[in-house]
Amino acid sequence: MSHLSRRTMMIAGASALVLPTAGFALSDAAAKEMVVRLVADVNAVISSGKSEAGMIADFAQILDRYADMPTIARYTLGADARRATNAQLTAYVPAFTIYIADKYGRRFRDFIGGAIIVKDAKAVKSWIEVETTVELRGRPGFRMDWHVSDRSGRNAFFNFIIEGVNMLLTERAEVGAMLDRQRGDIDALIAEMRAS
Amino acid sequence: MKTSLSFLVLAAVLGACAPAPQEGGINDPYETTNRKVHAFNKSVDENVFGAFGGDGTGAGISPVLTDRVVRFAQNTGGPSLVLNGILQGDVEGASVNTMRFLLNTTVGVLGLFDPAAAIGLPEQDTDFGETLAVWGVPEGAYLELPVLGPSTERRLAGRIIDWVINPLDKVGTVEQKDYGTIAKIGARVIKAGDASGAIDSVLNDSADSYAALRLIYLQNRRYDLGTTPPEDAVDPYDDLYGDQ
Repeated sequence: MSHLSRRTMMIAGASALVLPTAGFALSDAAAKEMVVRLVADVNAVISSGKSEAGMIADFAQILDRYADMPTIARYTLGADARRATNAQLTAYVPAFTIYIADKYGRRFRDFIGGAIIVKDAKAVKSWIEVETTVELRGRPGFRMDWHVSDRSGRNAFFNFIIEGVNMLLTERAEVGAMLDRQRGDIDALIAEMRAS
Repeated sequence: MKTSLSFLVLAAVLGACAPAPQEGGINDPYETTNRKVHAFNKSVDENVFGAFGGDGTGAGISPVLTDRVVRFAQNTGGPSLVLNGILQGDVEGASVNTMRFLLNTTVGVLGLFDPAAAIGLPEQDTDFGETLAVWGVPEGAYLELPVLGPSTERRLAGRIIDWVINPLDKVGTVEQKDYGTIAKIGARVIKAGDASGAIDSVLNDSADSYAALRLIYLQNRRYDLGTTPPEDAVDPYDDLYGDQ
């Protein structure tokens, strides 16, 4: 292999690494379409009349289907993810999914009689931001934005923002506090989340 | 008398502003005191709002009645919203709030009803804290105030100024002012009860409810003022561990 061709290959390799961030592989329309399906599933759960436990179980399935849970979970561990073993990281993702489904699923009773409406989609940094409003019965609604990306290999949301409150940032702080309470023991944190 | 006392408090607050306040991030030099106030607020929340219906949401009171109290109180704050809109150079917001105050005070029976919202004029909420932000005053340190809850030094200064300059004090009758004050206190209790329902999980389920409330408040307040720092738009694909 000549020196020139090796350099060409290195450049090609570097471009391949840069490409996913430089160009938007995911269109506004595709991201919006995904959120429309997600919202239809969430609205169906809200109006299903199921028990709270039933709604939480349904919500966990929706998270697995539409969210990039491995990325969300790892981000919330913060710098502690660097010292976690592969086995701990593997166990953490489903435990964190249970914790999130339980925490946010409990709020669904506030949404009964209401609905989520998809408004608009636009490119922000390397992802698509899909704006929705949550309409509540007899009370003012609120804005909820979904951040959608295909960098996990499929179209999935990796963050949502409720009236400016950022789920990734808020949950990273919360997980940090939970880990502090467990004196930094990641296995104990996983056990605590599984029990939620 | 009221005015001179307020300016003393205001001067003390502004003078106490922590050095080098930053927008973005968390600036909490009074954390030790704030945490004590937080513990007090939690006990107030459990004992006072818990008493209304057991669930702390004020569910024991008719929602129609609570709505009326909140609307009446909000309407008395109308002139203050207009004044702050003007001070911020927000012509549209000030115009909408002027129309709202005129319509709701007349057709809406002193603000008990909200016909303005029905014709597409929702309240453009603001306060002197926002005016100070528009004028470039930094956010200052985070504060947790007794009963009132999370705040910042700039928001507290704004509250005091709003109280001093409330235009209804100058144009309203004695009765209007008295009912306005009573309704505002009532509305605060009702809204705090509502909020406690919504943030119940934050306060009760969080491993560190003080830190969780602080983070949620600051993010929401900055969103309302349009001062969300750009670094809050996190990209977990570029910054996998969230520490870069």
